[in-house]
Amino acid sequence: MIAAENLGKAYGLKTAIQDVSFFIGKGEIVGLLGPNGAGKTTVLRILTCYMQPGSGIARVDGLRCSDESIQVRKRIGFLPENVPLYTEMTVESFLAFSGSVKGLKGQGLKEEIQRVILACGLADHGRRLIKYLSKGLKQRVGLAQALINSPPILILDEPTTGLDPAQIIEVRNLIRDLGRERTVLLSTHILPEVSQICNRVIIMNQGRVVAEDSPKNLTDRLQKGLRTLISVNGPSLEVKARLGSVPGVSRIVETDREGEFVIESEEGEAIRPSMARTIVESGWDLRELKASELSLEEVFMQLVTEEGKEING
Amino acid sequence: MRGMFAVLRKELTIFVSSPIFYAALFIFLLLTGYFFYSTVVGYSLVSLQASSNPYLVERLNISDMFLKPFFADIAVILLLMLPLISMRTYAEEKKTGTIELLFTYPISDAAVLAGKFAATVIILIIMLAGTVPPLLLLAPIAKLEWGLVLSGYLGLVLMGASFLALGVFASSITENQIVAAVISFGLLLLFWVLAWGSRLAGPLMQEVIKQISVVGHLESFVEGLVDTRDLIFYLLFSFFWLFLTLRFLHSRFWRG
Repeated sequence: MIAAENLGKAYGLKTAIQDVSFFIGKGEIVGLLGPNGAGKTTVLRILTCYMQPGSGIARVDGLRCSDESIQVRKRIGFLPENVPLYTEMTVESFLAFSGSVKGLKGQGLKEEIQRVILACGLADHGRRLIKYLSKGLKQRVGLAQALINSPPILILDEPTTGLDPAQIIEVRNLIRDLGRERTVLLSTHILPEVSQICNRVIIMNQGRVVAEDSPKNLTDRLQKGLRTLISVNGPSLEVKARLGSVPGVSRIVETDREGEFVIESEEGEAIRPSMARTIVESGWDLRELKASELSLEEVFMQLVTEEGKEING
Repeated sequence: MRGMFAVLRKELTIFVSSPIFYAALFIFLLLTGYFFYSTVVGYSLVSLQASSNPYLVERLNISDMFLKPFFADIAVILLLMLPLISMRTYAEEKKTGTIELLFTYPISDAAVLAGKFAATVIILIIMLAGTVPPLLLLAPIAKLEWGLVLSGYLGLVLMGASFLALGVFASSITENQIVAAVISFGLLLLFWVLAWGSRLAGPLMQEVIKQISVVGHLESFVEGLVDTRDLIFYLLFSFFWLFLTLRFLHSRFWRG
């Protein structure tokens, strides 16, 4: 449905994105993840035909964004960052505007407005002025305008920014429901969001795609060997030296808590008994020993910092 | 031009809910009302004096002494007011970010521009319509030349539309409404006063300046004469600024 081929864009001398390529199939919910300034919004703006790429080709449903802009726009429902809305209009009149610009009219338009109002839980607010709505409701109005005329593709730029936790959960559920019959591309810098809603993640940093996979595969792939968290009552320097000599241990990192270490090893679980034995034999107390997994957050940090090092170095 | 009417309706909805519209309309009607009153009073004083002088009576003419000054006054007020009407067209959308919605909906830039421009022209017509009732009040007691009234209003609409086109352009290049208003007011004033300094220029420049002076082209309309040259001038002037607006909006593709 969505294909980006070597997209590049510069603002003046500053390169915003470079060589960005990815493909999104029909029915996928894909998260575009990256720190602020990674180029997510630029990618989304190119896909929604707001701007054209400096180089490369963006295609939506097989149509080139730069050549068949209007046709592409017909297939996309877009929620821009910060949810810009015509706040002096009522919810219904604003949706009537969106619907008629998208080609609906008469009875069809009225029915469609009612449908999206219901779908987005705005039934009691149709006649209210948008400026008097709460932030969460405004977000729903933003989603409603993207949904009107049922576009097969939804592109959402940071759809949950600025909402309170309850509203975030509501909006995420809404997006997940919408994703059942649509292709959804959403950008975010909130990691749990991605693991909760998306089938696939594209991680961007400094204008490039640094990784692309399902949230699960990404964590697995980056889990360099298995990690074990171990907590010992003993002199940390000695503990570190003694554990380092256990065969199979590739790295020991001391955590912020006293006597706690994260041990990475290629052999995984196999080394745990020998570690436990080493500690007990040395006369120290073993307080805790457990497997520790990389969170998506850590994966993200690892990717972003590694990439940063490469580029800067 | 699909979607143009949707934009037009949206613009008008937002316009009538904004205080700018009511403030501008109120001040416009207050000023035109004052000018109407003062020109009518002036005319009736002259008529009173002329009643004892047959020579003067012959030279009395309500078109020359009332209608023309009245239209000229309206033109000056429009110069002051219209930048306030056009300033929000694009600047406001840029400021609030709604421009991103507008540029990603399946509607061409030209249709958006046409809708926005048409909305401002409708506001202009509403403003001018507010000056008609006083004329109707005058009708039973004075012999007004309705042809001249019509051509005068036509001229005002055309001139006002060209002011608005320039204003829409000013609005498209900034996200600050005040800046947009200052630019359009400044440029309009320049086009207005150019004619005053033309005597200092050479004969060729004098003619050029005369041709691009926005107010000069209103004269024939106020005389009751719809001259195609003046008609075309205003249309071209409007198209020129609308075209520039479209080019400028298009530049977002490569500027980013």
